[in-house]
Amino acid sequence: MGYVPNTDKDKKEMLRTIGVDAIEKLLKDIPQEIRLKKELNLPNPLSEIELKKEMLSLSERNADLLHHTSFLGAGAYDHYIPSVVEHLVSRSEFYTAYTPYQAEASQGMLQSIYEFQSMICELTGMDVANASMYDGASATAEAAMMALRITKRKEVVVSRALHPNYRTVLKTYIQGIGISIKEISIKNGVTDVDALSISDNTAAVIIQQPNFFGCIEELSAINTITKKFGAIFIASVDPISMGILKSPGELGADIVVGEGQSLGNSLSFGGPYLGFFAARKEYVRQMPGRLVGATVDAHGEKAYCLTLQTREQHIKRERATSNICTNQALCALAATVYLSVIGKEGLRKVAELCLQKTHYTQREITKIKGFASPFPAPFFKEFVIKTPMPSEKILKGLLAEKIIGGVDIGNYYPELKDHLLICVTEKRTREEIERLVELLKQY
Amino acid sequence: MPERLIFEYSSEGKKGYSLPEMDVPVESVEKFIGNRHLRKNLPELPEASEIEVVRHFTHLSQENFSIDSHFYPLGSCTMKYNPKINEDVARFPGFTNIHPLQPEGLSQGSLQMMYELEQCLAEISGLSRISLQPAAGAQGEMTGMLMIRAYHKAMGSPRKKVIIPDSAHGTNPASAVLSGYEVVEVKSDNAGRVDLEDLKRVADAECAAFMLTNPNTLGLFEKNILQISNILKEHGILLYLDGANLNAMLGLCRPGDMGFDVVHFNLHKTFSTPHGGGGPGSGPVGVKEALVPFLPVPVIEKKDECFYLNYDISKSIGKVQGFYGNFGVMVKAYAYIRTLGAEGLKEVSENAILNANYMKKRLEGYFALPYKVGCMHEFVLSGSEQKKAGVSTKDIAKRLLDYGFHPPTVYFPLIVDEALMIEPTETETKEVLDKFCDVMIAIAKESKENPDIVKSAPHTTPVTRLDEAKAAKELDLRWKKATGD
Repeated sequence: MGYVPNTDKDKKEMLRTIGVDAIEKLLKDIPQEIRLKKELNLPNPLSEIELKKEMLSLSERNADLLHHTSFLGAGAYDHYIPSVVEHLVSRSEFYTAYTPYQAEASQGMLQSIYEFQSMICELTGMDVANASMYDGASATAEAAMMALRITKRKEVVVSRALHPNYRTVLKTYIQGIGISIKEISIKNGVTDVDALSISDNTAAVIIQQPNFFGCIEELSAINTITKKFGAIFIASVDPISMGILKSPGELGADIVVGEGQSLGNSLSFGGPYLGFFAARKEYVRQMPGRLVGATVDAHGEKAYCLTLQTREQHIKRERATSNICTNQALCALAATVYLSVIGKEGLRKVAELCLQKTHYTQREITKIKGFASPFPAPFFKEFVIKTPMPSEKILKGLLAEKIIGGVDIGNYYPELKDHLLICVTEKRTREEIERLVELLKQY
Repeated sequence: MPERLIFEYSSEGKKGYSLPEMDVPVESVEKFIGNRHLRKNLPELPEASEIEVVRHFTHLSQENFSIDSHFYPLGSCTMKYNPKINEDVARFPGFTNIHPLQPEGLSQGSLQMMYELEQCLAEISGLSRISLQPAAGAQGEMTGMLMIRAYHKAMGSPRKKVIIPDSAHGTNPASAVLSGYEVVEVKSDNAGRVDLEDLKRVADAECAAFMLTNPNTLGLFEKNILQISNILKEHGILLYLDGANLNAMLGLCRPGDMGFDVVHFNLHKTFSTPHGGGGPGSGPVGVKEALVPFLPVPVIEKKDECFYLNYDISKSIGKVQGFYGNFGVMVKAYAYIRTLGAEGLKEVSENAILNANYMKKRLEGYFALPYKVGCMHEFVLSGSEQKKAGVSTKDIAKRLLDYGFHPPTVYFPLIVDEALMIEPTETETKEVLDKFCDVMIAIAKESKENPDIVKSAPHTTPVTRLDEAKAAKELDLRWKKATGD
């Protein structure tokens, strides 16, 4: 089946108007030497019934989290998604729309982005936020690039407690432009403040809050040292934690980024996710990505449009603040709907549920002989646990009971061999937690 | 009546969520987390009921143009129909409800889909391997340029410059700079294609790559592509394809067969995944054999009927996404390719080209046509004649909204004065194309006879023309709770 509505009669009429007798005549600019002489070697076309069957069978080769109990986190979180979110983002007036360049025909999308920007500012304690970035990792890399532009310095300081994949993405982004990265060691599960080696050459210090291990960082102390050297302080935050934790804005951050998947977006094997990006207002002209502003129309009615576009690639080209164009607008819409229904009190409740359940799980597991908590630092919805035998073996055993027990972080941190990162969201029940604990007692 | 902000629905105590009761023993939050870390004031999120939220966003959706409601002939954007079946299959729980770090044995379906999508894209483009990781075209460009940089570096020097035509998309120079290169512009010739003499002048051993869009942004096939490729080869310069216009090539010719070394795809253009009001898209990047060692990690491999993520790529540039890319978007593109097959994809390009040529023919007597040659899947008109009567391309664009059409891409490419770049795609009916042409002709007439109605357009949209200068001058980028509330 195809989606081409032209009938043979239509085609004939169109060709007659054009003044040629065959479509082939319209292809004359493609040199004969490079014309494809054979058909592409692709699987045969499928009818809708066949496609659905094929895709269902592929999807069922995955074990979905409806049928497993997951304690996985590490940058992708199994939070509750209210039904309204999917219903509203599935309205095709949203999902089949283009980027809102024509403001008069895009007020719905534009206003929802303005609301998204406002909510991100509320969560992060920042003055301005953009319309979205690709994901938390690339948003963090773009924040570093922005700090390099602001300070015109050549070095970025990063905590080793920043998600390892985020650090890899950062290194990838800056490899062409002659910037060095300094990694700061970890002590007691958090960034070692005494080891922070910042200099007059440091453009930015990047800290994750809560960090990769789930621990809460001393942002205020780090900010003080960062500012002493005139560097930009970047925090990468879990938006759910903003229901109880002080915002980085209150603690001095200049740029706040993060992964917004937790806000109403499904796990979806790692994407599409939602990078968010917020900053202090004095830096707005250095920000990457799209910004929506409020203004008025010719009749003085309130209206919204893309603004400060002179920062962007389609106007500024090689002098743009970033190359980003398409972003994650629909994921940002999902986050906006999520935050609208969850609201002020709901977000606090989600955060508290995560916090209490995570601590309960940690308390119960550490009571088991051989399971130890290596880090004394306070934590939010994830914690690290040392296992009495190879973590891999334990994960395998749990899997046989349909439990995905956590992430083996020895793969990321060689010194943390046989350590699990366990995440407990509001979706995990006491029963599920106790089952995990019971099973762990066998090891 | 304009829709209020969601914040303006808020009142204390309203609730739109349903959360479970706390079922574990509770201890004080302060005990877990030091007081100095705790928020004193909650973020000012709205407190609204579910029905208010539903109505609010439903009303907002109704203030949008979209493919499902309107024709969107946006040049270079390929706004084709987004098949509904693709939305359905992408929402199977086995695709949405899986964690990127769950054991590979539990993710075989995802890995298989990605593996097969890669094979399809490699066949369609004539390239060796594809990374599905980039989240959008621009990120694909950067990924491609970083691979090119790594390739040259491995050969001795990363080189300094990247050649880009004056008709290129803005992302090209932005991506080149982000990857550490200076941009050298190559001129277009009088026929709208790369000026070979100018290319010979700028091409040297300092150049790492030539970033080219083919068909170019004027909708013209770069018919000298083999000569271009030869000029570059002499200096060891790699050829990069901005795949924005791949919708004109499917099953007709392949970038890999015409000398391109690196290509990015836009699944949200060519392969029918929805634009989502600005994203998410997906921008896979494909390479020839020589660049395979530089691909981002992980790549997907197959061994004994099992699929796995391979992180062992000798000279990998690293990663550009936290995980594996916009998986949910890939599912839709894969479903599209499986629906159409080889024959269906060829039909896509043939009809996209037919539709564009037809519209060009119908409109060329009414608007200036800067390049009077056959086009591929899109073409560029100029509003220069109308401009003489005081009606700008912007006015024409806004007037189209009154007639229920989304305007074409305007003021791009930059080398055309008052440009109107039109790409109908293959999924529109002749009836719609005719209606659009009739309206364009009517607007051309209005521009002469009643220019004011065009200049003051739009008249029928939820809001009239916006004061964009005010938006930039008096920045208002967020709602803030009024103090004293």
